[in-house]
Amino acid sequence: MSELRQEAEAIAEQFSDHLNVDADEVEERLENLVNEYRVPLDEARRSVTNSYLEDAGMERDELGRGGSESVLVNEIDEDEQWVDLRVTLVDLWEPRSDSISQVGLLGDESGTIKFVAFETSDLPHLTEGQSYELSNVVTDEYEGNYSVKLNRTTGITEIDEEIEVGDNADTVEGALVDIQSGSGLIKRCPEDDCTRVLQNGRCSEHGQVEGEFDLRIKGVLDDGETVTEVIFDREATEDLTGMGLEEAKDMAMDALDTTVVAEEMADDVLGRYYRVTGPTFGRYVLVDEMEEPGSVDVESALIEARSI
Amino acid sequence: MSQSTPTREVARRVFASEFNDAGYTFTESDDERAPVYALLPTGESSNRVFFVGTLTEKEDVGEDAEYWRGRIVDPTGTFFVYAGQYQPEAASKLRDMEPPAYVTVVGKPRTYETDDGTVRVSVRPESITEVDAATRDRWVAETATRTVERVAAFDDEGNEYARMAREEYDTDPETYKAAALSALEDLDDGAGDELAGGEDRGDATDPAGAPEP
Repeated sequence: MSELRQEAEAIAEQFSDHLNVDADEVEERLENLVNEYRVPLDEARRSVTNSYLEDAGMERDELGRGGSESVLVNEIDEDEQWVDLRVTLVDLWEPRSDSISQVGLLGDESGTIKFVAFETSDLPHLTEGQSYELSNVVTDEYEGNYSVKLNRTTGITEIDEEIEVGDNADTVEGALVDIQSGSGLIKRCPEDDCTRVLQNGRCSEHGQVEGEFDLRIKGVLDDGETVTEVIFDREATEDLTGMGLEEAKDMAMDALDTTVVAEEMADDVLGRYYRVTGPTFGRYVLVDEMEEPGSVDVESALIEARSI
Repeated sequence: MSQSTPTREVARRVFASEFNDAGYTFTESDDERAPVYALLPTGESSNRVFFVGTLTEKEDVGEDAEYWRGRIVDPTGTFFVYAGQYQPEAASKLRDMEPPAYVTVVGKPRTYETDDGTVRVSVRPESITEVDAATRDRWVAETATRTVERVAAFDDEGNEYARMAREEYDTDPETYKAAALSALEDLDDGAGDELAGGEDRGDATDPAGAPEP
């Protein structure tokens, strides 16, 4: 099949839902531009596509790229790509703008990703917990975080399948070079669905409250090239430091000061090397698993260093 | 990329012999609060360092207030660490520690010029903690690798800090590579003697007395 023919069929396919276009006609128009008028193929494709868009009264972004790629949500690492997904709707959020019809979280085995559907796209509403095949969604990036946008051409097919949703787990290794404030023995807001950490007994949402004690460590792992902020929750903190909540409370009580807990923990963990695995949340990795890398393999380090 | 929170400076891995040669400092903007970087002679900027070594000596050198100086030895030389009233945690750690001990330090490079015009490089610690020999060994291996990598990239086109290092220093980066490899080889022998090449021979506190890996 000639290159022109391939292009022609791809274009015809793109418009198949909107116009009665056949590949022969497209090929003819392409051929005319390329062979007769010496227009480069890219430009010819663009021109032909635009004229069909006009015929159909469509905008360019309503048009699906022929054969968008089927990907896992965690593989999305580029802006403005057209992709297909097999996902479960994990969570729906309250739209903050009238132009948004639905916003929430989609998930597949690799992890989760935010999605947005706009009112103008006129799509059927998705249901929480339902699995879908979504074709022709567009990736978007904001400050390093990726999301997908549904659009008028997005195909939505319900599928009868449970998709186990992964947790976007990342593994980072490095020396724990800092323990940040808000670590050790902390108090959280007891209000329903509010777990904010109190500052001087105050919650930034609910004001002065009787807080509930918890343990956590906000730390920084540094491998000499990059820094990663990590959060150890109560369980991970106990695992890391060997100190439980009751012990920490007793310690704070004896000292009449909660900060002694973080100081005591720092003595045991600061400056040590760790490898942690867990989901990323904003700029933090939430530690699920932690291990100490143990003794270094000097011999292989030597071989590596000599080979550089 | 737009950044709502300032990025934290990475902690460079550098051996004492190279660190002590990093007397040239610079900033990357005219902002009054712009971070100050020490220029590593292997061609890298450094606003923070992380190292592990043997604390061989500590002394309160302050006149009015406490001002602790620690000597921390690695396979290539000695780091000088100073902690006073503005680093209360590090200062109290130094006060309490008993040399010899393996310690890890996160800190900022500081330079000062002596009366005879030589530039001394020291560390203002953010934290000091006592660690074990395994952590020390891992750091030596890691730092050797990073050092060799920097030397390998020294002649790369567009290596801005290497260009700067060539202008500001007259040491051959290969020296640091050799030191790094020899540190690693010593570790391999399992008989590293920190004082072998150092200037501290005859010190009362001999880190060779520290537990060997």
